[in-house]
This record gives sequence, structure tokens and C-alpha cells, in this order.
Amino acid sequence: MRNPYRTQRIAFFFLLLATLLIVVPVGLIVVIIVQKGLPAINWQFLSDIPRHGMRAGGIFPAIVGTIYLVTGAIIFALPIGLLAAIYLSEYSKDNFLTRLIKLAIVNLAGVPSVVFGLFGLALFVVFFKFGASILSGSLTLGIMILPVIITTSREALESVPYSFREVSLSLGASKWQTIRHIVLPNAIPGILTGTILGLGRAAGETAPILFTVAAFYLPRLPASVFDQAMALPYHLYVISTQVPNVDEKIRYGTALVLLMLVLMMNLIAIVIRYKFRKMKKW
Amino acid sequence: MTDKIITKNLDLWYGTFRALKNVNAGIAEHRITAVIGPSGCGKSTLLRVFNRMNDLIDGVRVTGEVLIDGADMLLPRTDLVTLRKKVGMVFQRPNPFPLSIYENIVFGERIHAGRITRDGLDEIVERSLKDVLLWDEIKDRLNEPALRLSLEQKQRLCIARLIAVRPDVLLMDEPCSTLDPQATARVEELMRELKNKYTIIIVTHNMQQAARVSDDTGFMLLGELIEFGRTEQVFTAPRDRRTEDYITGRYG
Repeated sequence: MRNPYRTQRIAFFFLLLATLLIVVPVGLIVVIIVQKGLPAINWQFLSDIPRHGMRAGGIFPAIVGTIYLVTGAIIFALPIGLLAAIYLSEYSKDNFLTRLIKLAIVNLAGVPSVVFGLFGLALFVVFFKFGASILSGSLTLGIMILPVIITTSREALESVPYSFREVSLSLGASKWQTIRHIVLPNAIPGILTGTILGLGRAAGETAPILFTVAAFYLPRLPASVFDQAMALPYHLYVISTQVPNVDEKIRYGTALVLLMLVLMMNLIAIVIRYKFRKMKKW
Repeated sequence: MTDKIITKNLDLWYGTFRALKNVNAGIAEHRITAVIGPSGCGKSTLLRVFNRMNDLIDGVRVTGEVLIDGADMLLPRTDLVTLRKKVGMVFQRPNPFPLSIYENIVFGERIHAGRITRDGLDEIVERSLKDVLLWDEIKDRLNEPALRLSLEQKQRLCIARLIAVRPDVLLMDEPCSTLDPQATARVEELMRELKNKYTIIIVTHNMQQAARVSDDTGFMLLGELIEFGRTEQVFTAPRDRRTEDYITGRYG
């Protein structure tokens, strides 16, 4: 006879092991990058332009460029993504068109980021003649994070209990009033969380901006949305592979800044989700 | 005694399933009408005809006439906003919005009124809460989340939220099924109070409740209105064999 409890203990052990294995790489990445990058971090590093062929000075233009790009991406992606999510969760009927749209969203999420880059190059840089610019880069990143925003917003909207909608309608509210006053307010935490996760993804991507906006070296801040800009992920690539003799701590310092930026956004998302989850009790 | 709601040859299909079969009834004004019957007999469906909540479900088809104050509200041109302000619904599970007590009650006013004044809202809150006998209990905690109330208070609040939009008819879909016996008794007391101002239709699977609170009773079975009459008569001298079987507990 097999002992079911022993089998269970073994199963639990492997489940736990697999879970711990997920934590290990995260911990290692953070530890190594912090260890090697922290010595580079000082006020000058964060606020100065790169000097001596990017072997010294700071990374300020790259930080600013990334912030511009991420902000631009969200300006494009959030309204469109949210409206699409509202349509899909509240209005669409289950028909061929809806299934096609949902399939398109899933596929959009699966497109490799380098393909987005090429697409952005063809459409925004060349066809619309925006050139290599913050505008082109933001639009490209915006399209890339649309699926994240649509999917998380839709989940947030759909998690609002049906009974709320039913009551609202039964009190004579129109469908739009119901969405506006009942569904949306209760879905905002989820929408925010998804948006911030999308932001984090946009901040870290290299390929899409490589084709559409990123400057190899630009020792000034961009003046308009039609300007090129430096960005952290691409800068990291450049100083790690294209420029010889860059001090290791500058590379890891850059990686640390990028990592912190993304982790901070994720942290904000987690805090928002936590706070609102405590608030709602239905 | 006039009939507030009259149904004529009312049929309802979910796709190909006929959920209501030729229902003819007259619901009297300022009385409590109970609809009883076993699960799946169509009593909730019938209730949801009166405020057109079945419209939310795909594939529902309704034929016949339902006159409310003489006007057929099944016609496509019926304004659902006006209808639902006039015919409100209390649901099985108390379902306040995750807002404050105050904001729950003024929800309808915020949606419907053109101009909103703080005094106007205050007055609505006080009047509605007094109508459901909740004012003294919670007047000092109006800004607390409604979800913190007890189940019975929540259900009363839902009734208050509903009467704040000044309906004529209250549809109650098993309003006490989540409440304990004491709370149920108090809500029934409230219903007797409310019938002076409103016409009430209550769907219940609890026959004692129907016998206790209602003036008229309809018994439904498999989508048909088998018997409809004075509650006393339906419970003591049912005309139909099937009604008798049901109320004596032989099935359901």
C-alpha cells in the first residue's frame, strides 16, 4: 500500500521548490545589480549629461528621455485602451467581430517587441514623416502596451459585481450612467494597476525605441516631441557593447537606475491594489 | 380598488423555452400581492417583466400586454428610465453600492435630477430613511460605508434607496430570504407600512410569509398563473387542485 500522506509531502516539497526557484533569479538580479551599480550612484550621475564619450558624467538625458517616452506612451494608450475595454466588457455582444477583436488583442500581446520597432519605423517614422522622434517612439510603445491595458482594464471592469449594474439600471439609470457612476469608480484600482504595469514594460523595452526614437548620444535634453532622445535601456546597450572601456560601475549604475524605475512603478501598482482591496468588501 | 397593473395574455420566451404562459392578472393598487410557486415556476421572471429587467437578457421575447396605469409598457417606445423610476425593485440579496449610506440613498437623485442642492439631498435622505424606519438608528452615521450595516439594515437601506426616486410600485424579489426570522418579521411590518403609499408585489418561496403579509396571492406553476385571488381564499379555499397540493406541502 502506498502511503498517501508521504506522497503528499513529496508533492508539497516539489511545489515549494518550484516556487522558491522563481524567487532565486529575482533576488540574484537585484543583489548583483545593486552591489555593482550602487557605487556609481550619486547626484552627478543622476543629473549630469554623459561625458568623455559616455565613459564618465551622468545619465540624466537618458532618464528624462525614458520618462518622456513612458508618459507619451500612456497618453496614447490609456484613453484608447480604456475605451476599448469598456466597449468589450460592457457593450460588445459575443459575435464574430468581438471574437476577432479579442483574438487580435491576444496576438498583439504576443508580437515580439522588435517587430513593433520595425512597424513603428515604417508607420510613424517614415509614412507619417514624424522622423525618429519622441512622438514616434511614444506611439510605438503605446501600441505595444495597449494589450496589457485593455486586458487588465477589462478584467477590472468585469470584476465589478453584476448586481451593482442591475440595481443601478433598476433605479432608472441608463447604461452609460451605470458605467460612469458605478462600474468605472469600482474598477479604477484595477485599471490603474494595469496601466502602471504597462508603464513598467514600456520603460524597459529597447527594441521598439531603437528604431523609432533612441539617440546614440545626445548631450542635451530633447526640445520637442519631434526630437530624438536618449533612453535608459538603449543607453545601457550602447555603453555595454558599442563603447569600449566603459567602467563597469557606470553600466551597472545605469542598469540599477532602470531597474529601480521599473520596480518602483510595480511597487506603486502593488500598493494601489493593496489599498483598494482593503477598502472594498463585497 | 383599482388595478395598478394588468397583464393580458402575457407570454415570455427565453429562446425557445416558454417561461410564462398566457398570464392574466390584475394587481390592485395599495395592496400587497404575493406570487408563490416552486423554484423555476416563472415568478421572478414575471416580476422582472414589470420593470423590463428581462431586457438585459439576450434572446428574451415577450408578447401580450402589460398595462401600468393603463399604458402598455411592453411597447418598444416605452421610456425605460421613466418606467423604472415608477416601478422599482428590491433584490433578493441586499446590495447597497460600496458608497456611504448617504450616497446610496441619493444615487437616484444624482442620476435623475437636473439641479441638485445639498438641502434637497439631505431632505431626501431623511424622508427615505424615515419611511423605512431606519432614520433614528443610523442618522448619526450617514457618511459611513453602507457595507458596514447589518443585513437587515442593508435591505432597509436598499428599500430607502428605491423609494428615494419616488416609485409607485415596489417589486420585491424574495427580499427576506437572507434575513433571520426576527429581521424578516420587521421587514414584513415595514411592508405593511409601505403599502399605504405604494403598490407592492412580492415574490416569495415562503408560503407563511405570503399568508402573513399579502392581501392577494397568485400561485404559479411551470409558467402558468394557476390561481389568483384574495390571499385568504387562496390559502383556505383554493379553487385549483394544484394550488391546494402546493400550499399543503405536497410538492415544491
